[in-house]
Parts: sequence; C-alpha cells; structure tokens
Amino acid sequence: MNNNETTDLLRVRDLKLHFRVKSGAVQAVDGVNFDLPKNQATVILGESGCGKSSLAKAILRLLPKNVDHYSGEVFLNNQDIMKLSDEQFRKDIRWQRIAMVPQAALNSLNPVMRVGDQVAEPILLDGKLTKKEAMELALEKFDQVGVPADFLYRYAFELSGGMRQRVAIAMSLITEPEMVLLDEPTSALDVLTQANIMNLLKRFKAEKKASFILITHDIATSSELADNVAVMYAGQVVEVSDAHNFFTEPLHPYSKALMDSVPRLYGEMQPDFISGQPPSLLKPPTGCRFADRCPARFERCSDEPPVFNMSDGRKVKCWLHESDSVSAESNPDTWEEMYAKS
Amino acid sequence: MIRWSEIRQYPSAIVGLAIIFGFILLALYAVITIPYSEALERWRGGEAVVENNPRNARPTWVNWFNQENLPPTLILDSRELPETAISYTTISDDIEEKVITMSFDYEYASFVPELTFFIEADFIEKQPFVEIFWVTPNGEEIRAGEVTPGGQEIYRPTQDDRVMRRVEANSAEVGFFLDPSLAEPTPQKGTYQVRLVGLIFEEESDFEAKLVMYGAVHGIAGTDHLRRDISVALLWGTPIAMAFGLVAALVITAANMIIAATSVWYGGWVDSAIQRVTDVNLILPGLPLLILIGTLYSRSIWVILGMVIALNIFGGGVKTYRSIFLQTRELPYIEAAQAYGAGSRRIIFRYLIPRVIPLVIPALVTSVPAFVFTEATLALLGLGDPVLPTWGKVIENARSQGALFNGYYYWMLEPAVLMMLVGVGFSLVGFALDRIFNPKLREI
Amino acid sequence: MLKVDDLHVWYELKRFGLGHAGYVRAVDGVSFELNAGEAMACVGESGCGKSSLMKTILRLNKPTKGTIDFKGINVGELDGLDLRDYRSKVGFIQQDPFGALAPFMTIQQILEEPLIINGFTNAAERQSKIETIMEEVKLTPVEEILPKFPHMLSGGQQQRVVIARAMILEPDLLVADEPVSMLDASVRVEILKLLRNLQEKHNLAVIYITHDLSTVRYFSEYIFVMYAGQIVEFAPIKSLLENPTHPYTQALLEASGDPDAKNALEYKEIPPGEPPSLVNPPSGCRFHPRCKFAIKGKCDVDMPKPMPVVDGSNMAITGNKHVAACWLVEEEWKERAGLTN
Repeated sequence: MNNNETTDLLRVRDLKLHFRVKSGAVQAVDGVNFDLPKNQATVILGESGCGKSSLAKAILRLLPKNVDHYSGEVFLNNQDIMKLSDEQFRKDIRWQRIAMVPQAALNSLNPVMRVGDQVAEPILLDGKLTKKEAMELALEKFDQVGVPADFLYRYAFELSGGMRQRVAIAMSLITEPEMVLLDEPTSALDVLTQANIMNLLKRFKAEKKASFILITHDIATSSELADNVAVMYAGQVVEVSDAHNFFTEPLHPYSKALMDSVPRLYGEMQPDFISGQPPSLLKPPTGCRFADRCPARFERCSDEPPVFNMSDGRKVKCWLHESDSVSAESNPDTWEEMYAKS
Repeated sequence: MIRWSEIRQYPSAIVGLAIIFGFILLALYAVITIPYSEALERWRGGEAVVENNPRNARPTWVNWFNQENLPPTLILDSRELPETAISYTTISDDIEEKVITMSFDYEYASFVPELTFFIEADFIEKQPFVEIFWVTPNGEEIRAGEVTPGGQEIYRPTQDDRVMRRVEANSAEVGFFLDPSLAEPTPQKGTYQVRLVGLIFEEESDFEAKLVMYGAVHGIAGTDHLRRDISVALLWGTPIAMAFGLVAALVITAANMIIAATSVWYGGWVDSAIQRVTDVNLILPGLPLLILIGTLYSRSIWVILGMVIALNIFGGGVKTYRSIFLQTRELPYIEAAQAYGAGSRRIIFRYLIPRVIPLVIPALVTSVPAFVFTEATLALLGLGDPVLPTWGKVIENARSQGALFNGYYYWMLEPAVLMMLVGVGFSLVGFALDRIFNPKLREI
Repeated sequence: MLKVDDLHVWYELKRFGLGHAGYVRAVDGVSFELNAGEAMACVGESGCGKSSLMKTILRLNKPTKGTIDFKGINVGELDGLDLRDYRSKVGFIQQDPFGALAPFMTIQQILEEPLIINGFTNAAERQSKIETIMEEVKLTPVEEILPKFPHMLSGGQQQRVVIARAMILEPDLLVADEPVSMLDASVRVEILKLLRNLQEKHNLAVIYITHDLSTVRYFSEYIFVMYAGQIVEFAPIKSLLENPTHPYTQALLEASGDPDAKNALEYKEIPPGEPPSLVNPPSGCRFHPRCKFAIKGKCDVDMPKPMPVVDGSNMAITGNKHVAACWLVEEEWKERAGLTN
C-alpha cells in the first residue's frame, strides 16, 4: 500500500462502519478502499443493502447513535480527516469541503423555510458573510443549477421534484466544496428530469472542475457521469475500474451479472437475473461474499480473496483474476498490521 | 404480535406489569373474600356492623414509626371467658350473685380513646343489677359504675357523673388508667382487672358483659369517622376502579377508533357530520354535565361510567385517529384490497383499524388511570356512588372530615397511594408497549 | 376484450372545500383496445395521467366521460356485486411491494383475503388455491413462507406475493403499475420474466404501466406513450424503438439510454421545462411549449389527431398500427404526397 502523497482528492482506506443492533453488529461498511482523483466522478454502484449509503455516512461522519465500530482512514488532499475531532470535522470538513446531496431531496428541505434561506444557510453558519452577500451567492448558484431567481423566496412544497433536486444541488455547491457526495440524486425523478440533472452535473464537472462521488443502484444513470466505478457488494468494494473498461467488460462476476441484469433498449442481449440473495451483513460468510451466488465459483472462493491489481490499473477482489493480475493487495484484515510496520 | 422476550427488555414494564398484576390479585381477593352484599353492608355501617370498631383509628402500621405502641382495640367478652373467671354464689332463695372477672395486660404508653360496656341481660320481670369494679395494676379499686341492664345496655362510664366524680379526670378512659405517681398523665402498665358483680333476682335470668376498649389503631388501613374499616373501601375500591378504568378506556378507545375510521373511509358528508359532532362534543363542558346528571338523575357509578363513555365517544380520540387514518387510507394495500373487491366494512375493520392498533394499545393502557382519576374527581365533587365503596369516596370523606387538619393523613394517603400506583403501573406498561410497537420512537 | 373509448377522468378542484375551482384533467380523451393474451405498456412521466387511467380501469375511480368496455360490460356503471365480480377478473400489481401488503397479516392471510371476499367458503379449496399459486410464482417452500409476515421477506419475494394475490382469482386482465421499479436491478428481470410467463400461460391481457422504457420491450407487444393526460403515440414496441415519431417519445428515448461509458462524454438533448398543469393545459398540442419542432399557428392552436406514421424506409404505412398525435406526421404525409404527385 502506497501512502505517499498523491494527487488524488480523496483516498479511502479500510473504512469500516458497523452498527449495533439487537442481534449483533451489522457490518454495513467493512474495509472499503477507493480513490477519487481530482475533477472526476467516482460511482459507487451497488444494490440496496450493500452498504453504499452507510459508506456516504461514514465518509461524512454522519453517524447514527448505534455505531458499533468506526475506523479507517479518509484522506482529503492528503490530510487524514478521520483524525479530526468531531467539532473540527463539523466546522472545517462537512459542507465546507465535502458537501452532500441527500437521497430524498423532497424530504431533505425544511418545509417551513424559504429555499433561498436554506441554500444560504451553510455559508451563514460560519459567519464570514452577511445575509445579503450570502443571498447573492445563493442567487448565483440558483442561476448555475437552472433555478429561476424568484424561487429563492418560495417554499419547498411549491417546487417540483426536479426543482427541489436542483435546489439541493445548489445548496451543496454554495460553499464551493472540493467534492460533492451525491446519494441517489435522481432515483425518485422522472426520466427527463433525471437526464436534465445528469446534464447539469456533467456541466459542473467540465466547467467548474467539480469532483463527485455518485452513489447509485442505477447502472444506466451511473454511466452518465462516471469516470471510475467502484462496485460494492455486502459491505465491501469488489471491483474498482475506469468507466470505459467497466461498462464494456466488467471483471468481477458480480459486476458482470449486474451488467447482464440491465434491460437494454437496443441490441439483442437478453437480460438475466442473479439468483439468490445477498448475505446477511450481521454474519457475512467467510471467504468471498459473493461465492454463494457466483456462477464461476471454485474451491479458492472459500478463502477471502485479496484485491488484485490488474495491468490496466483496475482492481478486483476475485480469485479468478489471480493469474492475470500484476500484484495483490493484502486482505483488509491484515492491512492495519502492514501499515503499522511501514 | 407481541413477545414476552421484547417486554422483558424493559425493566420498567416488568415493574408496571407487576403492579397491575398486584391490583388484579387484590381485586380478585376483595371480590372473593368479601361478597358484594357484605361489602355494601360493611360500608353502610350502622351499630351492629361497627360496634367493635373504634372511631378514626389510625392504621396499625403507624406503630412501626412510633417508639411506643398505640393500643389496638381490646375486647373482653364474658361469653368467651374460661369458666373459672365466672362464679355464682347463692345469697338467698331468690337472689344469686354472679361475678365476672376479666383481666388484661396493658402495655401501651397512651390512653384508651374510648371504653364501652355492652351488657346484655336476660330476665322475665326483674332486671339484674350489675356493679362494675376497675382494679388497676397497683391494686387501687375504682367503682366504675352500676348498671341495671334492660335487655341490651350500652354503658359508657365517661358519661356517668357518679363515676366521673370518683376518678378526678376529664374522662373515665383516662381516670381508669392514670398512674397517680406521675405528674404527667400517663397510663399505668401492667395487669388490670375488671370485676362485674351482678345480682340476679330470678332463677331463669342471667347477664353477659362485653368490655370494648376501642384502640387508637385498627386494621391495616384504620377507620373513619363512622367507625367503618377503611380497608373495606380500599379493597373493594380496587375492582371498581379497575373495572371503571378499563371499561371506560376500552370502550372509548374502540368507539373513537371505529368512528374515526368510518369518518375517514366514507369521507364526504359522513366525514363532515362526524367531525362536526365531535367538534360540538369537544366544547361541551363535561364536568358540569356530569354534575347535572349526578344531581338530577343518579349517582350510581355505572350511570356515571355510562355518561363518561357517552361524553367521550366523540372525543378528542376521533380527531387524533382520524389524522392517522387519513394517512393509512392512502397506503397501497388498501387500494389493493379495494381492487380485489373488499367492501367498506371489511376495509375499515380488517385493513384500517389493525394498522393503527400498535399506536392505540399503548395509548389505551396509558389512559386507564385517567379514568380511575376521573371517578375520584367526581366523588370529590360529591358525585360518588352512594352505596359502593370506592377510593374516591374515601378521599371525599377524608376531605369533608378535615382529615389533614385533624392528623388523619392516612385517610387521604391510602387511596391516593393506590391511585398513584395504578397510574405508575399502567403508564410504565404503556410506555414500554409504545416502544415495542413503535420502534421508531426508540432512542437508538 | 378491453376497449377504452374517449375516456376522460377529471377531478373537481374545490376552493376552501366548497366552491368549484376547475378540474384536474388527469385523463383527457384516451382510447385504446386490448385483446386477450396481449401485453400493452403505458409509458409516461409522473403526472401524465397513467395512474388515473389505471385506477379507472380498476374502477377505483369513476370515468367522467367515455366508456370502458370489458367483454361487453360497461365498467363505468357497475355497482355492488357486479362491481365485485368485475374486480375479481382484474388483477392488480402495485409498485411498492411492501406497501401493497398489509404489515399485520401473514402471507397466508394476505393470499386468503381475495378468496374470502369473493365467496370461496371452503377452507380446503382456498388452501389448495393458495398453494397452487405460490408454486406458480415460485414462492417456495410454501409451508415456510405462509406463516411469515411481509417484512420477513425480501423485496423480490414480497413482489411475488403481490403477484400471487393478483393472480389468485384467475383474472383475465392484469394491471401492473410499475411492478419492478422499486426492486433491485438483479431481481427486476426475474420478476418481469415471471410476469411474462404467467401472461403466456394464462393467456392474460396485461396493462404494464411504467416510466422505464428499457423494460418494456421484454414484456409487451404494444406500447402507448402518455403526455399530459393524452396518448401521444401508440405503436408495436419494435416500431416505436426504431422509429419514434412524436418529439416527446424521442425525448424519452434520448433520456433513457443503455449503460455506456460514452454517455459521460456528451450532453443529452432534453426538452426544456416541465409537463404542464392539468388544470389549465396548453391549447393545441399539449407538448408544443417544450417542442423544438413546434409550428407556430398550428401546434399551439389545433389539437393533433392520432394518425398513422410514415415509415422512413419504404414510404409505406407501417402496418397502420403505429400512430402518433403530432402535426409533423401530417406535414410528412403532405410532403410525401407532394413528392409523389
């Protein structure tokens, strides 16, 4: 593991977030590693219950009360933000440097506050700007996300779903954060609105050099923005790949199956489904967590596969790629020890 | 729907359940050991029932807090004495002398509050003549009175001027026990003897005597101003309070729920009508109406219960549940039920109501004490049931007799504690049920 | 089998609960026919009237104008037992499987309800029907699932229960409202295949309501696209995908692409604005304020009638089944007439 300074904006290393429930600990995020280069979008792709939303919570340290275990390293511009105190994190990181567009924009806006005031709220909180300056900035962001200026003085319920989502995006951009975390930003929206929002995000990436983490289950939509794709399964990242290679030929059997399950508008491909169900995160299986549903499983799969680095820079956590890989990273379990040694 | 293992995680619920269970046992105990008619009789009072009870006696448990014990009621009855205590001597052909010697130990630091002889004579023409002698532990003998009992005779020495002249005290009760060697009025401790010497003038006639030294403490709950044992009211008040609270809570909640569901499901003018009736009902002054009914019609607890229910059928619950049903009505499974042909009644009872039961049961359990308190409130306002012993009646009596000014705090305290326990018990269970049924309310 | 003719579903708006304040024209003149064994997809964005159309077919709403004819019965006028009979012939599959199942009932109770309501008094008969249908939708092992509550099942299994409930009365028509949109990608296809199999096996007519064009072609023969309460294009699915004619259909297809890394490199051409208010829809073609091909003085004045589209390759009518309500089609016909004349 190379911990030298990199140009990556965000590096997540062995991030773990377990929740305590009555019957044990839910290992929602269990040793996740991925990088987000500057001015790129990394898509976290996964099905419901794979831990992708918990990953967002873990990165932004928006933790519920029943946290059982929370560890790992998150480097933002080479600074380990996991080492910051909660107070510092709240003041300097959350929303100032990493902003978030939550899953349900409809419910994330305060119904009794004008949306303009809400958008200005994050910059007013640190007290550097006057109310007037903040509102001017909010107006500028509204303009950028394509919301008419008079919407500043409206309430959330007066806005359509697409407009609300734009407002939520404006709110995330107001502090000029280094990166924005988008949690299923379009899943509740209509196709046309969805495409509009994706266009908007694309423009921000191109023109404003914004960096995004996009958490989604929708593969077709994810391809609209992705530079890199990280596939999550049962609390772990099983494949990290650049978008081009991923959408043409995914490596991990789960990624393949997932891609095969997408119904296509064109072409002759018949979609197929993945039989079985993902394992319980209370007691994930030892060995490869996908093995039970994997069509290509063999005897090695009863051991947990390490992450194999492929020659083209892709990473895959599957024994099938042991032979054609250039190197292997040790299992997340032993990674802490190695780090201690170095 | 609800598992014991879930309840067990809430120690408060266990405590609450234990309290409720305790009350249920108490209610059963009351109903089984004191039949209804007997309870009414004992509560109605009257001489025959309460002649052995002291007036305004404290509960025996006050002795736990006193350094020296207060005397309980002591009863000496010639009919229960051993034969050796009674002797007959023939004085002449017609006259026989009967001597009853009763003795008792007195080890208490305070005087007996009240002392009464009940002498029952059996004769044809000539009444017996009875002299009473009181012998204190130091051997002094006081002539405690002469009685010529005509049938049932109640003799209170303190009301006999001749006796009072002899004892040099404010009352016979003090005079009979006073220790002359001490400056402060203090009773002598030791063995007293009471001798009744009776002259019988007929062969067939006889007399029996009973001495009741009313105690300063009596039973586990004490007695009231009418010598009634408060414990009877507390015991029998339990099933009544439970029945009142549970019936009111159940009927009102069920009615509120059904009315709200009907209102929401049919909508339109049905909804409007029900909501207007509820609005009107909510602004009706309930308490004055109840007082009116109690004054003009009946104060029977069941009539009052009926009225409380009637006044609450279109109560605030209708509004609360309506807002819940309005959301429930929009759920897809209701639409599905319509789509496979479920009728309105089935949708209301099988689909709408079960959905809100988890919200309702905790509220129902928590509302039980409120109705128990309602009964007490009404009793306090003079609307207590005229014949039934209830907790509210006890409090009302205590209040009207100035219990707190006169130091009879137990009189007020006992029913109040029971009501508080009911409140605590049902609330603890209600809160726990709320958390079990509605996990979103849990802190984590 | 099902014939919808000039159906209007309007909801009255009231001012302060009393005065009349106009109508929401949720469905405004929709006509189509559906034969036994055919699957028809209805595609449109939220608020286009597809849910109102569906609810009216299920007779949860009454039509304001127009008729729904089901095997010769006028559905709009049914009442009492006749209505119950009709509803037993129409199965309903909802979008959110968890919401569609009463959370306090076991699967056994859930599946038994339609039977009890529709007069199956024999418990053994009910039980055998439940078991048969569960086998059919692959809810196995039956004995293990029956006593469970919905929340104990996975999303896919819940949707199977919903399908089983819709199928248990052996309906002739199935209305499926976004049956897979709440499910994970990996189970979607499984449920769609199951529905397709059931449809073929029981010769069901299916109305498949969705906003997701990509699932349509695996499931249905025909498709109609709704916009602002009206059908803008109707076609066999293949024809629609190859030759989308109405600008709105084109926009929908443009917006919903297949996963491809190239998507990230280009912007999509999406019509501006949002669907119009159904209280006060625009005059003429309802799409004209957003349409870049709108012809001034025509599209904003006259409402286009559905007409057969011009096939691009051989200038012939595409089996006359592909129709679109757009003045451009007329223009194209005129142009061709001009050329051939």
